[in-house]
Amino acid sequence: MPKDLSNDGKVGWESMLSFITRRLAATFVVLLVASFLVYMLTANSGDPLEDLRIQNDPASVAKRATLTEKLDLDTPPFFRYFKWLGGAASCVIGQCNLGISVIRGDEPVANALGNAMASTLSLVVLATILSILFGVAIGMTVALRQYSGYDYTVTFTAFIFYSLPIFWVAVLLKEFGAIRFNEFLGDPSIPWWIALAIGAALGLVVQAVVGGHLRTRIRSAAISLVLTTGILVVADLTQWFRNPSIGIIGVALLGAGLGALMLFVTSNLTKRTMQFSVGTTVLAVIALWYPLQFAWFYFNHPFTIVAVALLLAGIGVAAGFFLGGDDRIEAMRVSAITGALATAPLVLDQMFMRWGDYVQIIPLRSGVISTIGANTPILAKDDDTWMRMLDSSTHLILPTIALMIISVAGYTRYTRATLLEVLNQDYVRTARAKGLPETTVIMRHAFRNTLIPIATIVAFDFGAVIGGAIITERVFAWQGMGALFNQGLYHVDVNLVMGVFLVTGVAAVIFNILADLAYSALDPRIRITEA
Amino acid sequence: MARKKITPPRTEQLALSELTIEQRQIEGLSLSTIVRRRFFQHKAAVTSMIVLALIVLLAFTSVGTIIGGTGRLAADTDSGEIILDGLRISGWWPYDWYRNYPLTTPGGLPSWEHPFGQDTLGKDIFARVMRGIQQSLTVVALIGFLATVIGVLIGSIAGFIRGWLDNLLMRMTDVIIIIPGLILGAVLGRTIGGNAISLGILLGLVSWTGLARLVRGEFLALREREFVDAARVAGASNSRIIFRHILPNSIGIVVVNATLLMSAAILTETALSFLGFGITAPDISLGQIISQYNEAFKTRPWLFWYPGLFIVVIALCINFIGDGLRDAFDPRQRRVPKTASLSRQFRELTGGGR
Repeated sequence: MPKDLSNDGKVGWESMLSFITRRLAATFVVLLVASFLVYMLTANSGDPLEDLRIQNDPASVAKRATLTEKLDLDTPPFFRYFKWLGGAASCVIGQCNLGISVIRGDEPVANALGNAMASTLSLVVLATILSILFGVAIGMTVALRQYSGYDYTVTFTAFIFYSLPIFWVAVLLKEFGAIRFNEFLGDPSIPWWIALAIGAALGLVVQAVVGGHLRTRIRSAAISLVLTTGILVVADLTQWFRNPSIGIIGVALLGAGLGALMLFVTSNLTKRTMQFSVGTTVLAVIALWYPLQFAWFYFNHPFTIVAVALLLAGIGVAAGFFLGGDDRIEAMRVSAITGALATAPLVLDQMFMRWGDYVQIIPLRSGVISTIGANTPILAKDDDTWMRMLDSSTHLILPTIALMIISVAGYTRYTRATLLEVLNQDYVRTARAKGLPETTVIMRHAFRNTLIPIATIVAFDFGAVIGGAIITERVFAWQGMGALFNQGLYHVDVNLVMGVFLVTGVAAVIFNILADLAYSALDPRIRITEA
Repeated sequence: MARKKITPPRTEQLALSELTIEQRQIEGLSLSTIVRRRFFQHKAAVTSMIVLALIVLLAFTSVGTIIGGTGRLAADTDSGEIILDGLRISGWWPYDWYRNYPLTTPGGLPSWEHPFGQDTLGKDIFARVMRGIQQSLTVVALIGFLATVIGVLIGSIAGFIRGWLDNLLMRMTDVIIIIPGLILGAVLGRTIGGNAISLGILLGLVSWTGLARLVRGEFLALREREFVDAARVAGASNSRIIFRHILPNSIGIVVVNATLLMSAAILTETALSFLGFGITAPDISLGQIISQYNEAFKTRPWLFWYPGLFIVVIALCINFIGDGLRDAFDPRQRRVPKTASLSRQFRELTGGGR
């Protein structure tokens, strides 16, 4: 339990490290025992030679003998497990030997996993992160508007989402979501009345979220109606949906929005120094848009994203250092995060630049939003990193939505309950009694304490999302780990099943530890740096 | 909150005014009465209970069921006809889920004869869905029962005895939790090969972990309370303290989480059957029906809609019942009074404004 650290007066990096080490050791033992359990259960779940036992012709008998030899079936599973473990242990020195998969034509399991892992983990991690962001945001707005029409609507919808079987949703999404949206992208025109209807719907939602007096509600509804309708009409007039792009204007708008959001989340919206520091960072991002074009072009590699993110974060740190004034540390932190996050619009910009080419390359019949597989086969080995990313993104959209629908509902409900509980605490009343603005009370006093219990359920949810991914991959015909697992279990190919379990288990452990670190970063009682 | 209040003499009525209206409403009632009353005020939960009862009634009376036997299709030794193994109890619905009937409409479109339509072989989808509901509910009930019993036992032993036993049991729990639920379920489901009752039992044997953790936490807190000391001083044995003193006090957590566990169980079971590792053909479950007709969505959507809708409705009902139970047992999340009721309360307390 991380709370033990609170007893230690001078908590430093050493105690944090020793905490992580202890935690890792304990989890490692648990993972080991779990792998033994899964191995034994899988080995006993059926007979890999079942199909061959029926016939008695010499060919079958010979095949049976070779398979028995290959799978080492004469050794009891108990001892076979330790052989497998020996091979798996060599992963530490970088030479994984997870055995071969007979059903995949004697392909080494490590090879099969390598390809499958990338697509499945990108799906699972993306879905988890987006679910947390959306779920926490929705849950908080709902809790702040307790027992309003908005609250009842969202709570009821969350209940329905929570009760949806994922394989059913995935099929529905495939049939309705993809086909309808592809039809729209094929002939993108928005009549003025539809733009108006979308704007009005959004206005209705926004006024319910914002709440307050009638006049505030009407004003926020009107603003969002005008904005949304305006954007849609402009996008329609400029044929944006036919050839979507972001460009420097889009990057500027998104960057500014990001900066404002960061200021709002950290309740620094009214602080002059913070505004300057974050604003300078955003301006630097916009100024770097043109020079970075060369970077994206000449260093056409996923690693460039990390490098650019670090560069922009560095600019943020510098801006915070020189402009932060009294809030130097805080300004550096917020500006650095803003800078790092501003990489996303830049990468999106690169992806959208290739939209026109992409639409030409992909098969016309299937439409832009794909329902089959994790990427377009002819693009899988493309030289252009950003083109590959665009291709993966269009394939990721539907499975991610399917996974998110279920997860978001859980996070929303949990966040709502936790925030309501936190809002009833004495320290929130104290904060209000001091006369702090409501935004500060919510974002600084309540929000952080709400995140603490949420960090603990992330790890739980991760296992569920992996289970969901196995099903989703089946529906969307992904050749990911779900497919490997299904294949392996169906034919009692123990090595394949164990490979999948190993990857999911390790991923779950990593998520667990990340959640723990987030936990200790959020809980001031176990603050490690500012002791 | 649940403690019984003794009605004070008239002279002390003034002290009562310090109680909120809510406290006055439950004054002098037993815990079970309060819980029952609160539960029946939760409209969604009561509606869900009625709907669920109707679904169970419909599923079991319409196509009847079979008791005992393997439940698999087999050739009858006398007539040579294909029948089900086991004691068949027939219901009021004229069609069986395992027989093929001539198609009454082109493509098996839903009609009065076959309200949920027919598949390509002419099987009656209504009968199949009803049988699927029976099987899925059987699995859910078994999982709910077993997981609750085991979870309560392990959680209470770990929380009450503590020490090395607690450590051992909790590490055991960790081992099961770290295996993604679907992977564990699929491996177990593959092992037993498609029978509803054994699937329910096996899944129940591994689904207790969350509940065990919660019960343990509750026991760790409750065992330090005065009433446990009092019981021990009075000479109560450990098992008596666990089952007669502490457990009744943590009944809320158990009941609520057992319900939520069951709503997760129906989704797990249908997902496993969808993948082909749960209930498999010739047996029927709701997930297996969807999996079987997955490809037919464009041509025969009714094969896909009805089983899915029933899964959603059943899971939704169980979830709402769980929510109602939580509200009934845990008054912390009670309705925050509206301004109107607050001012009324203020008027009542001050005695003015009338």
